[in-house]
Amino acid sequence: MPETTSTEPSGPAVADRAGRSRDAAAAVARFAAVPTVGPLAALLLACLFFSLSTDRFLTGGNLSLVVQQVMEVGTLAVGQTVVILTAGIDLSNGAVMAFGTIVMTRLAVGGDVPAPLAIVIGVVVCAAFGAVNGGLVTMARLPSFIVTLGTLNIAFALTHIYSHEQTVTGLPKALTALGETFPLGDTDVTYGSVVMLVLFAVAWYVLRFTAAGRHVYAVGDNPEAARLTGVSTRRLLITVYTVAGAVYGLAGLLLVGRTTVGDPQAGQTDNLDSITAVVLGGVSLFGGRGSIVGVLFGALIVGVIRNGLQLMGVASVYQVLITGILVILAVGVDRLARRRRQ
Amino acid sequence: MSPILEAHGLVKRYGHVTALDGADFELLPGEILAVIGDNGAGKSTLIKALSGALVPDEGRILLDGRPVHFHSPADARRAGIETVYQDLAVAPALDIAANLFLGREVRRKGVLGKVFRLLDTRRMQSEADAHMRDLKIGIGSMSQAVETLSGGQRQGVAVARSAAFARHVVIMDEPTAALGVKESGMVVDLIREVRERGLPVILISHDIPTVFDVADRIHIQRLGRRVAVVGPGDVDMAEAVAIMTGAAPGNTTRRD
Ligand SMILES: Nc1ncnc2c1ncn2[C@@H]1O[C@H](COP(=O)(O)OP(=O)(O)OP(=O)(O)O)[C@@H](O)[C@H]1O
Ligand SMILES: [Mg+2]
Repeated sequence: MPETTSTEPSGPAVADRAGRSRDAAAAVARFAAVPTVGPLAALLLACLFFSLSTDRFLTGGNLSLVVQQVMEVGTLAVGQTVVILTAGIDLSNGAVMAFGTIVMTRLAVGGDVPAPLAIVIGVVVCAAFGAVNGGLVTMARLPSFIVTLGTLNIAFALTHIYSHEQTVTGLPKALTALGETFPLGDTDVTYGSVVMLVLFAVAWYVLRFTAAGRHVYAVGDNPEAARLTGVSTRRLLITVYTVAGAVYGLAGLLLVGRTTVGDPQAGQTDNLDSITAVVLGGVSLFGGRGSIVGVLFGALIVGVIRNGLQLMGVASVYQVLITGILVILAVGVDRLARRRRQ
Repeated sequence: MSPILEAHGLVKRYGHVTALDGADFELLPGEILAVIGDNGAGKSTLIKALSGALVPDEGRILLDGRPVHFHSPADARRAGIETVYQDLAVAPALDIAANLFLGREVRRKGVLGKVFRLLDTRRMQSEADAHMRDLKIGIGSMSQAVETLSGGQRQGVAVARSAAFARHVVIMDEPTAALGVKESGMVVDLIREVRERGLPVILISHDIPTVFDVADRIHIQRLGRRVAVVGPGDVDMAEAVAIMTGAAPGNTTRRD
């Protein structure tokens, strides 16, 4: 914004106008300070750009495809957001999700386990991974970065051992049901997209309107204050990581629905993609600040950029390049905002 | 008058450092009791034992004449003892009402609260507002983030939280240490305001003039023990400092 230091306003009329423009500037500043405004603006800007660049972008079918493509990463980002709000980070989520999908599909296909039970077991296994993460972070007081780097490798190895490097095919219907679509207007929407949106809505409610959600923010903001005021920080953190694990299991189910196979190679860059979505969504990597609604926009930004560049025929490395630049910009903005507060 | 909170022969060792070496303590109803002492005299350790932040190796603590055993700050809080910690006490990104009710949030009545765990934000805001006004802390909106407040106002939020929930005792560990002159004055007024409401206050401070200004009695701690209890009218500041540093003898004998 241009500085208005050039001339002193004189006379009541000018002063009044200056006052009014100052009010307007304050209103704009207040609006811009709402944490979801930035991500939403970026998303709309990206959409505008691609609809001007290619006429294949702004169609119901393509937008539904974008949502479908961000389904797993978006769902992983729900868990990632809650972990990051507590000032942690979860590098294991993609690998845990992949292990969950292999457990589900192998049990259901080779293991003679009924599909619904196989799904439950898969989700529980993912939740158990989360509980291990949370337990090590709280009890052993290890940094979440290191703990989840360890469980990332463990989950990755288990995935390959248990799957024998084989893709699991011929899945029963129950496992792929979330990949089915229903018509909405003149486009088809997958049930999986709806599941992701519902998860975002539930997370939004819990984070915003319940005591548990407030405690998540408080623990990320000032853990010592939270503990001293009677928040049971250990129990909270273990719960956060465990629930995040269960959410990764659901992401796995969405993945299976979309691809109709259990793929041991799946999800290898999803941890970084989910962090990208969280950061682009305006959630502070330092914890305690940000909104999950912004993260939904963040996930969609990643999806829109990939999809749009693809439609324009830009090579996929450029998609990676651009998201990389965006992440650094977003973290830089967070850092600046933080410095200004101090 | 019988003490509301007392401790006898508290011992706390850290390896071969003895932080508390048989310390006694007595707080009377409705008073402001200042605790002074040199660095390392064991003031914070004493207060941590009284507020449940640590468990003493030896000694007894009695609340209203009954023995109590605190294993966590939450235990002490349940017993009606609230503590204001110097600078760790607030979550800056949360608003004032959220900070006041942190760890004791109020939920909506009925199904919304019981099943959906929905917070009663409006009620917490209005109660927070009432508490703050009660203590004459002038802050506009309870939905303002704490980080937008001045240091004195933040400490005001912490004091209001303690005063709002304490049933027996409010403890303050160097509440003015990080504040400027004007803001310290504000907090000192608050301490008096809390006493006016009938709550006794334990005030730990290095600020001797302030201590002499507000305290009803002064507990002097030296080398892990209480060496004297004086009234601000009985001795002058120089004498108190002399007792603190061991240049003059204290007036309490140690009970073994
Ligand atoms: N956690 C701890 N580990 C080891 N030693 C400790 C610990 N806490 C306190 N001490 C020691 O116990 C003694 C008393 O410390 P305490 O913090 O109670 O003093 P204090 O009177 O509050 O001092 P100050 O005025 O500097 O705050 C000091 O020698 C200190 O080094
Ligand atoms: Mg101290």
